[in-house]
Amino acid sequence: MKVVLAQKLLRANQQVARENRERFGRVLAVNLVSSPGAGKTAILERTIAALKGEFGIGVIEGDIYTTRDAERIAGHGVDVVQVNTTGACHLDASMVARALDEIDLRGLDILFIENVGNLVCPAEFDLGEDCKVAVLSVAEGGDKPVKYPLVFQEARVVLVNKSDLLPYTDFDLPAVEREILAINPEIEIFTVSARTGAGLEAWYAWLRSAVARKQSASATG
Amino acid sequence: MHELGLIQAAMEEIERAARANHIARVVKIRLVVGKFTAALPDALQFAFQALSPGTIFEGATLEIEEVNIRLRCPSCGRETTAEDITYWCPACGARAEVVGGKELYIDYFEGDEEEGLEDEGSAGPEAAAGQPAGGA
Repeated sequence: MKVVLAQKLLRANQQVARENRERFGRVLAVNLVSSPGAGKTAILERTIAALKGEFGIGVIEGDIYTTRDAERIAGHGVDVVQVNTTGACHLDASMVARALDEIDLRGLDILFIENVGNLVCPAEFDLGEDCKVAVLSVAEGGDKPVKYPLVFQEARVVLVNKSDLLPYTDFDLPAVEREILAINPEIEIFTVSARTGAGLEAWYAWLRSAVARKQSASATG
Repeated sequence: MHELGLIQAAMEEIERAARANHIARVVKIRLVVGKFTAALPDALQFAFQALSPGTIFEGATLEIEEVNIRLRCPSCGRETTAEDITYWCPACGARAEVVGGKELYIDYFEGDEEEGLEDEGSAGPEAAAGQPAGGA
């Protein structure tokens, strides 16, 4: 027997992502995506320290096997739920749905979802988030957006991290910015250093306005 | 790695539809994959061969139709095709719009029905997951 499906491969994931989106309600859900070692956790630590007096913040930490990142985040006194993907290279919507069972969304304004370090697979899997934020570090080299365009096409913001290393590398910041904008003309690019704190104020300002937009949209919608 | 996750998702979808249609063994799958998705057919085949033993997919053929990238240029109005991921019109160099090549779907699958099964019609909500087309 032949069964015609004409169905998207990731339909089941998209269904769960829609349910997650409903559950987030007025909470801004941010899916952080990057290569391993680009500095997602370091940026989160800085961001939490700077904004936790202002906003209720929760974190879902995706990791293949360890709880190292979750322990770092928990040290900052915010709610954190660890999701071990046990080998899978990305978070999918159902993993986030299970994590949401463990987290109290009331009282939260921002939920950060730190994806598994990988520039390829996380781009395909909608978690129900409001936006993807890509982290690209100077140390990785500036060719990553062109080599892995899907992440940059999907992301609302790119944080070019480890800017303190710019003087020591061949990273051509203006050229990389041009290439990112060619892939996604709407994207916002902030050059930051999680180590020194340089440039992070602009990222915090973006988050503040994104929280305000989300809350006014869910109040009226 | 990317291909493994995609094949896993495809197998879950097909298994669900197979169960709804009382199919005990899948013999053929046809996927349509646009080149813009950067999902490589060889890697998809490899992932499928690795995952199928011991499942209803064991021994099944995976057929993959690749779809070229199609660009439409808002500046010069030309429509062109490309083999590799690009955002630029090959004719005039302007930023083009990607109008084809992002496809990623299961076209159809074929399978053998469970033996000695009476035709139950399409009762149950899961039957809507797939429309049987033609006899076995």
